[in-house]
Amino acid sequence: MREFDYRRADDVSGAVALLDADPDARYLGGGTNLVDLMKSGVERPARLVDVRALPLDRIEPAGDGGLRVGATVTNSDLAAHPVIRRDYPALAQAVLAGASGQLRNMATVGGNLLQRTRCGYFTDVTKPCNKRVPGSGCPAVEGEHHNHAVLGASGHCVAVHPSDMGVALTAFDAVVSYETADGPGQSPLADFYLPVGDTPHRETVLPPGALITHVTLPPAPVAARSRYRKVRERASYAFAIGSVAAALDVGGGVVRESRLAFGAVASRPWRARAAERVLNGAPATAEYFAAAADAELAAARPLPDNGYKVTLMRNLVVAVLSELAEEAAR
Amino acid sequence: MAPPTSSSVTLNINGEKHPLSVDHRTTLLDALRERLDLTGTKKGCDQGQCGACTVLVDGRRTVSCLQLAVASDGREITTVEGLADGDRLHPVQQAFLDLDGFQCGYCTPGQICSAVAVIEEHAAGWPSAVTGDVRPEAGPPPLTPEEIRERMSGNLCRCSAYVQIVEAVARAAAEHRGETERAVA
Amino acid sequence: MTTATTGAVGTAHTRVEGRDKVTGAARYAGEIPFAGLVHGWLVLSTVARGRILSVETGPVLGMPGVLTVLHHGNAPRLDTDYVGMLGVPPDPTAAVFQNDRVPHAGWPVALVVAETPEQAREAAEALVVTYEREPHDIELFAGRPDAYAADGHMPAVTEKGDLEAELAACAHVVDVEYTTPEEHHAMMEPHAATALWDGGRLEVVDSNQGATWVADELARMFSLDASAVRVRSEHIGGGFGSKGLRAHQVSAVMAATALQRPVRVVLTRRQMFSLTGYRSPTVQRVRLGAGPDGRLRALEHRSLNQTSTVWEFVEPSAGVARVMYDADAHRTSNEVVRLDVPSPTWMRGPGEAPGSFALEAAFDELAERCGIDPVELRLRNDPERGPVSGLPFAGRNLAACFREGARRFGWADRDPRPGTRREGRWLLGTGTAAASFPSGALPSTAAVTAEADGTYTVRIAAADIGTGARTALTLVAADALRVAPDRVRVRIGDSDFGPAGIAGGSMGTRSWAWAVTAAAEELRGRLVPGGAVPPEGITVRSDTTAALGALAQKERHSFGAQFAEVAVDVATGEVRVRRMLGVFAAGRIVNPLTARGQLVGGMTWGISMALHEEAVRDRAFGGLYGADLAGYHVATHADVPTVEADWVDDPDPDDPVGIKGIGEVGIVGAAAAVANAVWHATGVRHRNLPIRPDRVLRAGGTGV
Repeated sequence: MREFDYRRADDVSGAVALLDADPDARYLGGGTNLVDLMKSGVERPARLVDVRALPLDRIEPAGDGGLRVGATVTNSDLAAHPVIRRDYPALAQAVLAGASGQLRNMATVGGNLLQRTRCGYFTDVTKPCNKRVPGSGCPAVEGEHHNHAVLGASGHCVAVHPSDMGVALTAFDAVVSYETADGPGQSPLADFYLPVGDTPHRETVLPPGALITHVTLPPAPVAARSRYRKVRERASYAFAIGSVAAALDVGGGVVRESRLAFGAVASRPWRARAAERVLNGAPATAEYFAAAADAELAAARPLPDNGYKVTLMRNLVVAVLSELAEEAAR
Repeated sequence: MAPPTSSSVTLNINGEKHPLSVDHRTTLLDALRERLDLTGTKKGCDQGQCGACTVLVDGRRTVSCLQLAVASDGREITTVEGLADGDRLHPVQQAFLDLDGFQCGYCTPGQICSAVAVIEEHAAGWPSAVTGDVRPEAGPPPLTPEEIRERMSGNLCRCSAYVQIVEAVARAAAEHRGETERAVA
Repeated sequence: MTTATTGAVGTAHTRVEGRDKVTGAARYAGEIPFAGLVHGWLVLSTVARGRILSVETGPVLGMPGVLTVLHHGNAPRLDTDYVGMLGVPPDPTAAVFQNDRVPHAGWPVALVVAETPEQAREAAEALVVTYEREPHDIELFAGRPDAYAADGHMPAVTEKGDLEAELAACAHVVDVEYTTPEEHHAMMEPHAATALWDGGRLEVVDSNQGATWVADELARMFSLDASAVRVRSEHIGGGFGSKGLRAHQVSAVMAATALQRPVRVVLTRRQMFSLTGYRSPTVQRVRLGAGPDGRLRALEHRSLNQTSTVWEFVEPSAGVARVMYDADAHRTSNEVVRLDVPSPTWMRGPGEAPGSFALEAAFDELAERCGIDPVELRLRNDPERGPVSGLPFAGRNLAACFREGARRFGWADRDPRPGTRREGRWLLGTGTAAASFPSGALPSTAAVTAEADGTYTVRIAAADIGTGARTALTLVAADALRVAPDRVRVRIGDSDFGPAGIAGGSMGTRSWAWAVTAAAEELRGRLVPGGAVPPEGITVRSDTTAALGALAQKERHSFGAQFAEVAVDVATGEVRVRRMLGVFAAGRIVNPLTARGQLVGGMTWGISMALHEEAVRDRAFGGLYGADLAGYHVATHADVPTVEADWVDDPDPDDPVGIKGIGEVGIVGAAAAVANAVWHATGVRHRNLPIRPDRVLRAGGTGV
């Protein structure tokens, strides 16, 4: 870790000014990912701008009946918030499924969305990685990839996004707001992450120097009946090998509205719109749930060792939607 | 002029103020261990992957290996050394000792700090990943062994004293509830 | 002076150092302050095989705080041509910086020393080392033509009878291959050492499993007089076989010598994955042949493991069959192949842990073929004498373990058919397996002093790596002295206390208790009741070398019966252990409180081995993929349900305290019990560990 300058920002515009769109500078939130990456040499910033003291730590009603979540709200506070738990239970479950109690106390909403992949080639500076060193190659394609992407990847990068929170936020149409020196901007989370293509090092639509200020959850009555299920290689404190955020509104045995997003299958939280199209208006039965999963997974391009994810996601979709449908029928 | 790479901070640890000049690269964990001789907080992985370095920052459990010392300026930090009341062990410490909730002892300070926070988090009504219904109207989940296990999972114990640790946390939590109830009564 | 008989051994006592451990007062190796301390940071090779062309020290020496860079071009030459206390030559991985060869990825190539750890880390990252890269070979598979039979600490091959003829004549035959992956000790405390010269003596504050062992190795390696080296190791944050002589102590001694300042070298978690040994992956083939009654007529157990190109280590997985089961034709062999990988080493239950997975899983398959209950099949094949040695057992209470375990677990109610129990999304199953681990003792010396104030001090170079040895020895000494345990102070972890066995091979407490008992009993005989003790006290020393040499030849082992219940969701591949029970016959239990923890800990390792642990070696680069505690999964709290351990009365008649050893038997058979339960739940045999979700998904099972 090289020596660096450290500044603490008091307000949003001050933070943006301190960072000054310098490619060698980084915002420091909870530090749970950045500090680790600095220790391993993946990140070598010359300046850190600490944003933890910014007044962005509130969860407030948005004008339209939704919620506005500040970027420095910790994962713990988000998951414990009564309105989140009541109106978007899958979001609380997703956050609680991530990391550990300690890390959730430190990690922030903004940082969660910007965390980097845990691909073992990305985090090891002695290995090539197109995401870390553009043009150096992707050893995962021929190497270890049993927990890599099956959707939306390219030959240049098959890493997955590690967030659980982001999967639920994507399902609920969250919008990311940010501030830059040129003024504020926003992006639906579904469009926030760039396609991998041949530029896996370019991950989001954020302009240089932008600071995420909050994430807005639009009102979504369907989210009241929602669930997050995560499968991992031990019972806790591990990244997903596959996860599903789902919400279902059923009336008279027919799906009135659905939300579905996948985790650990792509370079971003994966909104399963093709599946939703099949579900909406269809009978709420396992047969249609499977058809919906198949519609989404038709685009899957598994590698030799991660084809199980297609089976896993299909089974997870059927299991979670079936549970929600049963609940609705009760 | 090159920007500064170190800063003067005051670390408020176990109720005592420690003015210190720190290299910005220094983590809270290294400041405790290498600068302040508070070696009770352990370094197991230095990557946030084991929980041995758990301390309380402003009352919340935190892995001190991923927290920069410079970013800890002015915050209230409690380490394992600050839990006992003189010679009287904290109920969590006493339960670990009595029920043998450890072997080599290296993860123990982190387990204990984490357990102290788990009991508080549960008392505050926080759900966990194994809470069946997270909606507030479902009410707080009882602190079952399953709930304790999930909430303590950020603290690895390679000696694998998990079974005894869960027993110790359950006992300390029950004592804590008893005390709270007596106070309310 | 009281002379009350306390009977401390066998009663529960909290750890004598427990208060220090729960308050954070206990100091481990990297936590002892020294004036003028500086910090060393190792630099490891990025190539898997080749030659170092250059180490560009110039720019690094100009960095803030940097004091020196040690490498093969400037490091002192070491003597590695010796056989150490444990009867093996040193692993050259520890004898750092001796030449330009790189035999594996993550090989130590330099040590950067600086005033602060931050400066040392940055300089180590900045150090440019250039290599001539050579093609590497890291692939372990059955039938490698360059594999060879190797002895290790037991004969490579044992053989009797005509295996093929017996197999051909058997009503039931099982012929299966099992694999276990590369597994790492992953103890919570990273290896750490501080070296300094003090008045012409080399002092090393270290974290190890034997202070005299490490002191002896350092003295030989640096060609020092044995009396010129002192190693202390007061508290040890876990060892499991990995904490012997390693690169950190040797490089710290080199740097302390060069700088004449105290130098501390602490390994990073990632460095530990290539520098501190590991359990080799194994490929095992088991062939069992039985008559209609389930009695074995043929048994073959073959194991292949990898070792490095610089050191031979045998993971003797086939050894367990030499103890557990007899057959008319009986063949076992341990083979190794040399690859461009780090040297493996002892890891909890070496041989027995992976070997029992294969053998006990194969036994479960045989039970299925024979239509005989797995417990009954084992009882029918419980031998009277050592199957290979022909020696009598110094107690083999395995049958008692199975009967008691089966009763408590509710085994009699089990429907033997697989895939018949379901609870929601979970398929449920139960499994069992047998366990054994050798009981041994190493020569040790101890000193026991009667102090003038009526207390006693025991000094022995024992190591308490979490086993509770310090407490156990307190109880043993108290009983031998016939005083209350609070009158006894046990001091350990200092090579100046004289030679003693290591905390390894389940031998520690037995070895040390023997020496402590001998000295304490002699001391008690010397003390005159009511007589005065001089200010310097009265000290008696013991040495168990002769007594151990006179011990009758017997098959001495701890045994156990493992039971597990699992839940499997074949739609997601998740496997959860619901409960485990182990009943052991493991000699006299000195401290039931800590013994329970150690046995349960071993069983939990079995859960972890069965379901989680796997270090993935990258073909292209030769090093590990994801070498950290997020990539290498060990069981968390959430993975460990109710795990119960208990024991039957089983004192070793030839041991002064009756001890056999409990450190390792807990893991043996545990993974097989879990795997057998997964079969019972799903109807699918998982013969490759760990039983990961993707493997369960691919294999399917009842209900898919």
